[in-house]
Amino acid sequence: MRARVMRLILTVAVVLAGTVPGSARAQSGPIKIGLLVPLTGAASALGKDMLAGTELYLDEINRQVAGRKIELIVEDTEGVTATALTKARKLVDQDHVAILTGGLLASTGYALHPFADAAKIPTTYPVMSSDDLTQRKPAKWVVRTGWNSSQSMHAFGEWVARNLKYKKVATIGFDYAFGWETVGGFQRTFEEQGGQIIQKIWTPLNTTDFSPFIAQIKPDADAVFAVFFGRGSLQFVKQYAETGLKAKIPLIGNGTVTDESVLPQMGDEALGVYTALHYSAALDNPANKKYAKAFEAKAGKIPSYYAETCYTNMRWIVEAIKAINGKVEDREAFLGALKKVELKDFPRGPVVIDKWGNPIQNIYVRKVERVGGQLQNSVIFTYPAVSQFWKYNPEEFLKQPLYTRDYPPCKYC
Amino acid sequence: MIRRRALAAAIIIGVLAALGPVLPAYPLTLITQALIFGILAMSLDVLLGYTGLPSLGQAAYFGVAAYAVALLATERQVGLLGCAAVGIALAAVTAAVFGVVAIRARGTYFLMITLALGMVVWGLAFRWVSLTKGDNGVSGVPRPELGALSLSAPLPFFYFALVTAAVSWTLLGLLVMSPFGLGLKGIRGSESRMEALGYNVWLHKYLAFVIAGVFAGVAGVLWAYYNGFVGPTDVQLVTSVEALLMTALGGPGTLIGPVLGAGIIVFLKNFVSVYTKRWLLILGAVYIGVILFAPYGVVGAFRRQRR
Amino acid sequence: MRPDFWVVQTFNGLSYGALLFLLASGLSLIFGVMRIVNMAHGSYFMLGGYLGLTVALRTRSFAMSVVAATVAIALIGMAMERFFLRRLRGQDLGQVLMTIGFALIFQDLALLIWGGDPYNLPVPAALSGGLRVGGAVFPIYRIFIVGVAVAVGLGLWLLLDRTRAGAMIRAAVDDGEMAQGVGINVPRISLAVFGLGAALAALGGVIGAGFLGVYPGADFEVLPYAFVVVIVGGLGSLPGAMAGSLLVGLLDNFGKALFPELAYFTLFAPMALILAIRPTGLFGRA
Repeated sequence: MRARVMRLILTVAVVLAGTVPGSARAQSGPIKIGLLVPLTGAASALGKDMLAGTELYLDEINRQVAGRKIELIVEDTEGVTATALTKARKLVDQDHVAILTGGLLASTGYALHPFADAAKIPTTYPVMSSDDLTQRKPAKWVVRTGWNSSQSMHAFGEWVARNLKYKKVATIGFDYAFGWETVGGFQRTFEEQGGQIIQKIWTPLNTTDFSPFIAQIKPDADAVFAVFFGRGSLQFVKQYAETGLKAKIPLIGNGTVTDESVLPQMGDEALGVYTALHYSAALDNPANKKYAKAFEAKAGKIPSYYAETCYTNMRWIVEAIKAINGKVEDREAFLGALKKVELKDFPRGPVVIDKWGNPIQNIYVRKVERVGGQLQNSVIFTYPAVSQFWKYNPEEFLKQPLYTRDYPPCKYC
Repeated sequence: MIRRRALAAAIIIGVLAALGPVLPAYPLTLITQALIFGILAMSLDVLLGYTGLPSLGQAAYFGVAAYAVALLATERQVGLLGCAAVGIALAAVTAAVFGVVAIRARGTYFLMITLALGMVVWGLAFRWVSLTKGDNGVSGVPRPELGALSLSAPLPFFYFALVTAAVSWTLLGLLVMSPFGLGLKGIRGSESRMEALGYNVWLHKYLAFVIAGVFAGVAGVLWAYYNGFVGPTDVQLVTSVEALLMTALGGPGTLIGPVLGAGIIVFLKNFVSVYTKRWLLILGAVYIGVILFAPYGVVGAFRRQRR
Repeated sequence: MRPDFWVVQTFNGLSYGALLFLLASGLSLIFGVMRIVNMAHGSYFMLGGYLGLTVALRTRSFAMSVVAATVAIALIGMAMERFFLRRLRGQDLGQVLMTIGFALIFQDLALLIWGGDPYNLPVPAALSGGLRVGGAVFPIYRIFIVGVAVAVGLGLWLLLDRTRAGAMIRAAVDDGEMAQGVGINVPRISLAVFGLGAALAALGGVIGAGFLGVYPGADFEVLPYAFVVVIVGGLGSLPGAMAGSLLVGLLDNFGKALFPELAYFTLFAPMALILAIRPTGLFGRA
């Protein structure tokens, strides 16, 4: 009895709190978009790219849609998931944003899922790429507008086996979900095409001195497949080249190894590295040409995939808003619209969302070349309309475990 | 004096409790955060303020408890009582083991040892991936249910944290005013004198260390439920450093000071970062300002003035 | 494992230890004379790297970047001591907190000035490439680091052991009050030592930037390593810093290679253990 009375009082109190001024929802007021990015901390350079890409698109449409102004509220996650959660609460509970977006770390993705569903707030992830977020652990209220880790790697594994004809590959990468899923996806299709992964080396996430790991690489490998990002990519490629191994054992990797966020800081050591991603700044389509030029004018550097994905993400959100005539207060409708956006002229090409909330898009195989004095990821092959399940049946795929450190097992190690 | 402090505390708790239903959700969650870190800071105060042992490793016990709760809740579906019991017990055991190593040292050596021990726990959290999920952290920790009452919403959880903080403060307050606590203060003043007086100094310090670990664990339990997520960043050096700042800012040796310090830092971090990207710079300047102009912390300065 | 695994790993551990020596020797000296645990020491390392980067990009001279970085950071260190830390003479905790405050400020300033992108310090061609011995390649730059550390170690030893200034420093380390009583200007020694310590950290930062790069977060990442070295070796002891950095470099390398899941544990646990048995470190004195 007492508990029920307590509950009643508390419920009344909570309802009252909800009516405190600040929760007014005007149909014609600005549409608030909450963006979570790391503006300080170790990942701040990536956060800057994310913000620049977002703002570029908003400025292109004069920050308004369907007769309402768009208000972008940016919050700094500091590159720490607990802080991201706190800021997400602020954006939703205090700023009353219509939609939440952004986030960088895998852990943030997993932590925001239950939050988004509990708060019933439409949410998009442009960067966070952990596979399970749209596979075995999806959230109803989250739509991924970026990519998932193994998506490009399924395609790449097949391509490498068929075209580069490597038989034995040693993998090396960051020891966490992103690294595992990337290697897992590559291993799966590479071995299906007859290749063998003969070694898997995992390095701590904050490694800058890769020498203890490079020294372990088996000498009979035909190639080394690397998965790093940020300064890890910068240091690994350099140190790998310095040991002289790169000349003997060629380097391939996932797209973030040579992503444009680090490529300008690299030198000749990056030449000839094959990677795959859903984007390249060197993509030769009209939308990307226009976008890359505009981005370079705004930010003074070539666009990385972080920037493009946030640019596209913002356009995605705006298209969804248009589809519901700006009535973002109807959250269910907004969410529905987000899941139905389908455009062919994003800078990265055509994109459509699958049933699980993940993009189906082109995957580009790229090679680092020096063109016009600058390094770029030249696109050499395109796989169209790649889903997160590659060519597999989704239900069968989901029955298998998530790619982790030990799955797929290293049969030839 | 005790009655006055108890009255003051009762007023503060009463005000907070009354504010609860009136405040919007976000400031309420910030206050909840402040209460959780307040418990952590109080645990540090037992060591720093009352025993004179500056520890840079409280995050270790905080983290051990938080991880225990997170893992048990998500993988074994253990309820609140079970998780809290195991979490706090593990924090106590960790403190008991670490204490044997740490109590041998004093002053700056103690600082560095506790720093190192904190790093050991961080290293395990970060690299023992099969257990702790490494950098991914453990997410999806459900808010506990107290009988029929669910703590999912900000307000019930706020009350939960408030009650826990009040109980912790009371228990620690009784501790520091007990003969044991007075013994600690004596040790802070002069260890050799206490030895000469026949006190078992080592035992006093060791018990203080373990008790501090226990209450850091209490804070850790709350933190895991609060965020629904635990990761290596919760165990890193920065967390211990922030606890130290909260204690120093609020006033070491005052118990309530560190709670106030926690509140100031939590609000500073969250409000300042909305208006400027330079919040870290401001935080650093606050550190330096506190040391230069308020070496006894806010509450410490207040109490000195009153004398 | 590759046949040359042990040789290469030992070399890697040695070269990393050499870098740590540069960083830790300064920290050890500072503590020895002033009993300050300088939490901003990692910041000196990082700022040295960033400053070196800017100078290297402007002047294209590696030597200039080294000189500029060490001198500039030495000055910053000395200013910190003279105008801030000195006010808290005797307040151990206050000094620690103050250095923490500075570390935060430096971290944010670095982000403000240099942005968040990671960079590699351009190194002269003479130091690039590798030395091929048998099947293994030893990067020349890492050999260079070992060389620098040895030279610095020798220089420090000569300074402390063979010069009058060194004798004064040693006296101040042994017993500050007595030294003051004998007429040694301990405050001036403190200032000089702080500057020297900062310069050494900055030297480590510039040189380290050549193979580890320079990036935000380097300060708090390298600080625990410096602490481990100094704790293991003994606060205030130069041979201690040498032994400690060698040990830590090798432990870290082999730990990461052989026990990946325990990597940091293999580093910090032995340290905690050594402290438990010998609280003043291998070579330190109380």
